[in-house]
Amino acid sequence: MASKILNNIYIKDYYSLAGPVEKSGPLTYDLVLDDYYFHEKTFESAEVKMQRTTTESILRRNNLEDKQVSLLVAGDLSNQISVSCYAARYFNIPFLGIYSACASFPESLIVSSMFLESTKSKYAISTISSHNLHAEKQFRYPIEYGVPRPVTQTFTATGSISSLITNVKSPIRIESYTIGKAIDLNIKDASHMGAVMAPAAADTLMKHLSELNRTIDYYDVVITGDLGCIGSKIFKEYIKRAYNIKLNKYFDAGCELYLKSQKDTLSGASGPVALPLFLFNKIIKEKKYKNILLLGTGSLHNPFFVNQKKSIPAISHAISLEVNHELH
Amino acid sequence: MGDYMNIDEYAKLVKEYTPKENRAKHFFWAFFIGGLVGVFAEFLIHCFVNCFGMSVTDAGSYTCLSVIFLASLFTSLGFFDDWVSFAKAGLFIPTTGFAHAMTSAALDYKHDGFISGLGSCIFRLAGSVILYGVLGALFFSVLGVLIYG
Repeated sequence: MASKILNNIYIKDYYSLAGPVEKSGPLTYDLVLDDYYFHEKTFESAEVKMQRTTTESILRRNNLEDKQVSLLVAGDLSNQISVSCYAARYFNIPFLGIYSACASFPESLIVSSMFLESTKSKYAISTISSHNLHAEKQFRYPIEYGVPRPVTQTFTATGSISSLITNVKSPIRIESYTIGKAIDLNIKDASHMGAVMAPAAADTLMKHLSELNRTIDYYDVVITGDLGCIGSKIFKEYIKRAYNIKLNKYFDAGCELYLKSQKDTLSGASGPVALPLFLFNKIIKEKKYKNILLLGTGSLHNPFFVNQKKSIPAISHAISLEVNHELH
Repeated sequence: MGDYMNIDEYAKLVKEYTPKENRAKHFFWAFFIGGLVGVFAEFLIHCFVNCFGMSVTDAGSYTCLSVIFLASLFTSLGFFDDWVSFAKAGLFIPTTGFAHAMTSAALDYKHDGFISGLGSCIFRLAGSVILYGVLGALFFSVLGVLIYG
């Protein structure tokens, strides 16, 4: 069984930083960047600075010293998750680096929650980032290369989010989680990640509901990570055909992060920050939903395997949140 | 594997929900803008011949260099990628595309060291053009010799 109900784990606070394209989108953030450099010389250093800034800010805002936090869990999209590693050296906090591509946010919450439950420690911090141009350079073509982009392609969001996880009662409770499996339904097109990831999200949703003995009506809203506008349609159709589930209230964070008029964003946002940016700055702020199911989705591809024409595995981890608006 | 949708069935579902690209529109703009590049080059050749008294062959070489220079300059100024993604084959098939591929790769690796970064990565995209260009030239020159002697 890969699902578990947690008794006493909460998200106490979150700090979000977003890039220049997200700034022109419909949401507001704690801090926004005017350009991709963040006063650094390279995009790699800029992303390290982004992670460092959000982790520092969340410590400061909650009046915490490094030594009061027992664990820092961080992830990003770079090779050897180097951004997280380089940012972690600025903190005197034990560090675990994680990678589930764009499902890294729920993975970081799962790891933090498991740790806090088993050790009875008080605080853990989860920091997740992605940087559009850093990811482009790594996974696609040179930044200034005007390669024709298919409409199915998504646009890696730029941002960093730190969440403070605690066992002290707070408005947002991490109610349960489900760890997903790597699933491959033979899609080889790395520019159609929505199609790669939709079956993984569907499978994790099914596992989550059946293992915890729930129906989809338990949740006020279901949010997938970054399937994109096209991928989310495939997801809805998939769960209808394969499992006969119809979602009442559903968003895809990737499809909601930008305005339709932002043409370069094609099928929507992707990247591990898309889900938390949308969750914290839209869903939680709106105070409309109590039981929220998050399905982070990650396309676990690597440029070498894609060039070798191998099909792409995908993963999805689920997190269920219970928001108490009276406390909020 | 577990209880997932059949692979073929899923492929069909994906196809059904994937929008078709408007190929006719892409074709038109590629043809039109590629043609404009040709007109511009022709104009340059005439300029070189009439203003600098060059031979037509020399003017051709200088035109080629000028177009490469402009494509590289525009790439480094940061707007040429928008032009290329709009015009597609209209701009990446002519020499402009080759210059664009080299300059964009060079820009990406400018901070990664002259040898390990810039030097070894500048041909990341253009390497294929050089390799298969040379092989193609070899093949057709052999073919030319065999046919015409």
